[in-house]
Amino acid sequence: MKHWLFEEEHEILRKTVRRFVQKEIGPQVAAWEEAARFPRELFRRLGELGFLGLACPGEEGGGLDHPAQAVFLEELARCGSGGVWASVCAHLVSAMPLVGRLGTGEQKERFLTPAVRGESVAALAAVRQEASRGDACAVVAVREGDHYVVNGTQTGVLNAGLASYVVLAARTGPADGDLTLLVLEKGLPGLEVNGRRAGVGWHAADLADLALTGCRVPVAGRLGEENRGGTYLDEGLAWERLVVALGAVGAADLALTEALQYAGQRVQFGRPLAKFQVIRHKLVDMATAVERARALTYHALTRIARGEDAGTEAAMARLVACQTGVAVADEALQIHGGYGYITEFPVERYWRDARVAVSAGGSSGTMREIIAGRLWEGSYGLQGPGEEVGGRP
Amino acid sequence: MGHYFFTAEHEELRRAVRRFVSEEMRPEAEAWEEAEYFPDQVLHRLGELGFLSLRYPAEYGGRSGDLFMSVVVFEELARCGLGAIPLAVLVQMEMVPPPVLRFGSEEQKARYLGPCIRGEKIACLGITEPGAGSDVAAVQTRAVRDGGQWVINGRKIFITNGVRADFILLVAKTDPAKGHQGVSLFFVDKGTPGFAVTRKLKKLGMRSSDTAELVFEDCRIPAGNLLGEENKGFYQIMWELQGERLFGAVSAVAGARYTLERTLELVKTRVGAGSPAGHQLAERAAELEAVRQLVYGTIWKVAHGEYPVKEISMCKLAGAQAACRATDLALEVLGECGPTAENAVQRSWRDARLNRIGGGTDEIMKGIIAGLLEI
Repeated sequence: MKHWLFEEEHEILRKTVRRFVQKEIGPQVAAWEEAARFPRELFRRLGELGFLGLACPGEEGGGLDHPAQAVFLEELARCGSGGVWASVCAHLVSAMPLVGRLGTGEQKERFLTPAVRGESVAALAAVRQEASRGDACAVVAVREGDHYVVNGTQTGVLNAGLASYVVLAARTGPADGDLTLLVLEKGLPGLEVNGRRAGVGWHAADLADLALTGCRVPVAGRLGEENRGGTYLDEGLAWERLVVALGAVGAADLALTEALQYAGQRVQFGRPLAKFQVIRHKLVDMATAVERARALTYHALTRIARGEDAGTEAAMARLVACQTGVAVADEALQIHGGYGYITEFPVERYWRDARVAVSAGGSSGTMREIIAGRLWEGSYGLQGPGEEVGGRP
Repeated sequence: MGHYFFTAEHEELRRAVRRFVSEEMRPEAEAWEEAEYFPDQVLHRLGELGFLSLRYPAEYGGRSGDLFMSVVVFEELARCGLGAIPLAVLVQMEMVPPPVLRFGSEEQKARYLGPCIRGEKIACLGITEPGAGSDVAAVQTRAVRDGGQWVINGRKIFITNGVRADFILLVAKTDPAKGHQGVSLFFVDKGTPGFAVTRKLKKLGMRSSDTAELVFEDCRIPAGNLLGEENKGFYQIMWELQGERLFGAVSAVAGARYTLERTLELVKTRVGAGSPAGHQLAERAAELEAVRQLVYGTIWKVAHGEYPVKEISMCKLAGAQAACRATDLALEVLGECGPTAENAVQRSWRDARLNRIGGGTDEIMKGIIAGLLEI
């Protein structure tokens, strides 16, 4: 289904990525998931093909645009492994752009260039206070001369195992929002990385726990200014949420495609499942839900591409797309019947991964709080329940 | 929560099973799931303690109890935290024994019914085939009479207890011209030449339950292994299908209620009262309670001689959906609390999911109900 935002070059890119994913990633995913191991060599391959330069406009990368990145990320999500997708995103969307935006020439040379080539893997360790969590950032950094001394732990950090370096948000001031971004290279004394057991889904993601004990990070490893880390992270939030939405749409589309295939082939009561109206209508509802989520996601993408504030739209897209992902994967599993319950078919993995995506990078509850904060603002032109016109409740 | 259908005798049974589950099962549950196999000994032990035979006649080792005895057993077994155990017991206690009790010869009952409900011989039921899932009548496994024997050829899939079972109660076609009226039931013992387990399937959930793919290649069994009348297999198995659905619903609801119970404990300690998830949890609790009452009421009808196919289908449909919604919410809520107890909750979420498929999918249940509503 064609969309207003994408030009011919984007459609060509989409076909290229789709073919690459089908040929080189899709067939391997089952083995990686079974082994619960992210394929390190995938980063090099993506670097080779130039895909990792998508996040770096300017001299380091291909100088491509948000729609191009979006095409790549949505298509990548059709690889069938939420974990593989998440690790690539952690590198490309979460960590690299921070270096790209904030890094000095020297920092970009050291950290960004090899990451674009896929020779270095990047991780971002930055969990901030969430609506329902109640814990402040659990990593603290104290300035001592020309070093920061870092202490604390962070669990479930994507790419922490494979990463050559971790962009870490540490608290450097009294307030919860006083964060500073530090680049920690692997091998630094006092930096310990421990593998973790796979959870419900995302088994092929590289996920590890960080433990920092008196880890001395040179001031030259600081990205941007002290205590501005929170602001830097906020700047990337809408895009990150949008990316999660794109991933959910891509994954849902894959689940739908496989459900369509299965329903067309599986014969019971003398005819394929697709000949039963109940099943056909189910598939229609699934397809419609995917389109609806995609449309909202592309709408948010359009605003971002135009440089407009898309905080509300991105949060809404994230909320809707992830819920759609869960619903579509669930119906796809149901359509597969007993075969949906055994691991021989990938649909049970799609079901598990969709559930993980809902909670990743901010829960649905958090998304709703963000949207709620904006319901009485600007575009709705309503007078809110606060004292001022347009004030927050 | 006490209920007017349960007497003092039921409550005494409940206490006994609860104690057994918490002392002998719950401590090992995680390890069994890791191994993707709970020990055969679990079924032997349940049989030894008399928990599998309560509602069967005393002459076969039972206590001639009522259906609510079975309800108590399933409800308490759900508290071991593994859906796999109630599933195995469902086959062992409520799927295989009933047709044997009703249609078996005394000799067959001595060989199979008694040992089954005493937990001495583990049983499985062979209906589903790769080409016959929802369409049970499409069974192609063939049984051909040859002198004093039957010769069986075919394959079965998704057979619970199929790897460990000492015998299978098999559904095979004896008259291909007759569709579902040409199907018969046979006993096939483990170790019979020509009968083999080809695969133990890896699954999304119910992992410590062994689910088998079986093959029959010119497998010869004595004529005396036919259960009941030739070509009456479908009719003979009909009660089994209803019992599987009804007690499946009991287990689904009990498992989900146990999960919610644990989730509420964790939410209270981690987040405190007034959690934003409160309203959603309330909805799921209300839904589960409604289904529980429907299930109890339907059990009562069956216990009083009725054959309420519509209500049984409703129990299965509503129970499966309520269980899936509740465990899904539990996982989402605890995802926000951190990963501490996620293992048990995410397991119950994966386990619950089978209920909407196994024993008859949601869609089949809806079709049956619609048919009975005469739409």
